Amino acid sequence: MIRKAWKSMIIILVLCFLYLPILVLAVYSFTDAANIGTVRGFSLHNYVTLFTTPELVQMIAGTVVLAFVSAFFATILGTLGAIGAFYSKKGMASVINTMNQVPVVNADVVTGFSICILLVVVFGISKDSFIPLVAGHVTLCAPFVFLSVVPKLKQMDSSIYEAALDLGATPFTALIKIVIPQIFPGIVSGFALAVTLSLDDYFVATYTKPATFDTISTYVVNATKGAQTTIKTALWALSTVIFLLVVLFALFMNIRAGKNGQERNGI
Amino acid sequence: MHKFMFSRKNLGIPYGLFLAVFVMAPLLVLIYFAFTNGQGEFTLLNLTGFFSDPNTLGTLCYSFGIAAVTTAVCLLLAYPAAYILATSRLKAKSVIVLLFIMPMWINFSLRITALKEILTWAEGSLAYHPFLNTVLGMSYDFLPFMILPIYTTISKMDEALLEAARDLGAGGLQAFLKVTLPLSLPGIISGVSMVFLPAMTNYVVLDMLYNSTYIMGSLIGSYFASYNWHGGSMIALILLGIVCLFTLMTRGIEEENTRGGMLL
Repeated sequence: MIRKAWKSMIIILVLCFLYLPILVLAVYSFTDAANIGTVRGFSLHNYVTLFTTPELVQMIAGTVVLAFVSAFFATILGTLGAIGAFYSKKGMASVINTMNQVPVVNADVVTGFSICILLVVVFGISKDSFIPLVAGHVTLCAPFVFLSVVPKLKQMDSSIYEAALDLGATPFTALIKIVIPQIFPGIVSGFALAVTLSLDDYFVATYTKPATFDTISTYVVNATKGAQTTIKTALWALSTVIFLLVVLFALFMNIRAGKNGQERNGI
Repeated sequence: MHKFMFSRKNLGIPYGLFLAVFVMAPLLVLIYFAFTNGQGEFTLLNLTGFFSDPNTLGTLCYSFGIAAVTTAVCLLLAYPAAYILATSRLKAKSVIVLLFIMPMWINFSLRITALKEILTWAEGSLAYHPFLNTVLGMSYDFLPFMILPIYTTISKMDEALLEAARDLGAGGLQAFLKVTLPLSLPGIISGVSMVFLPAMTNYVVLDMLYNSTYIMGSLIGSYFASYNWHGGSMIALILLGIVCLFTLMTRGIEEENTRGGMLL
């Protein structure tokens, strides 16, 4: 019994460490306090500021659009790459696998800086064209799409594809009708992963973004260096909104996993 | 006859080219810039400059210090939590695992903002404990990346091995030290590699918590701000060297990468 209490204590402690700051901030986002610790009345003005200040709305919309555009390209490239590498000869496959591993293990600062050097300094592509930014984010995300598609390819029953060919399907039709549906869950989770990675990124964006464009990360980091109180507390509201969206998404995932019948350990 | 035969392996060509252009080419350019000066002449000054300047060497040491302490804190918090969760028979297990993953999906700068507000309230001013605050901030940011791989390896462990150890007379502690701990090593190493390197380079956490000491990442940031591509490239190259060393050392024993909390 005491052992069990100890165990629960440790789990609760770690969860508190992870969630207490976000939850406290969420509570204060509904007040008109400028600092944590001051007791003030209920207010929604942070949420009004968040959704009516053009600068904030544009920044949020820009971040979301960037995330989906990058994730879209990353998913196409990563999926095709995974299929190609899976059916290639060993040498070719290991070359692609090794190159794919580089952005995964590398520090984001190095990835961002090196892409900036190549595209902006060497090739002189203007950052205002958004090309370096999107290229950077696709580079950041595609390897993770690749990594989430590969296990699905390995699990796939290869005889179905061969049966389709025997029944007269062209390789292309067989790919679309047989391979893609079987690896689809991997593609979807790869896309979701790409979106979250792009939303979370700071370093690649700082080194490649146009000066007038901000993602949530770059905006928040600049805002903490002495912005006005209204913007600072509006960001508390943003943090709360994102937290709620993540909770909803997690609930959705959990319900879907439950429907699939078997317990998944979330990895 | 078709002019171009459709083949599944050709599907890899676009991605192979993409990686060559956006992953390999930037690294080659990085090497070129690191060993040249503004006039495009070959020079070793960037390299020797780094290793002879007490400031940059101090930065390297401070980065290692921050990264080592952060990794240790994460490991000490993550291992018990992951172990308890993986070995428990709780029904709500999958929900708790999800709770450990969820922070990865919340923008890190907003999470650090939240921590910063709490620390400011608790300490009065962030200026008193810059090292402590940075370690707290980094641990707060990276903890999920340590929990997840350790949890995965312990979950996959064959329970029969533990039973065998008990049958052969091992006590609880002995069985843990001789069976569970060695078998969870791949998870630990994977977690360490996902915490250590970001802790050496994520200078935003320091900036946001008003720690004005530099780490390796800050050097790249400051060279970038002053358009010194050659100096910045050398720092990036040194970081790349550290990554390579780490990868070679842990080759083959790592759990698969779980950054971002891959689902499904």
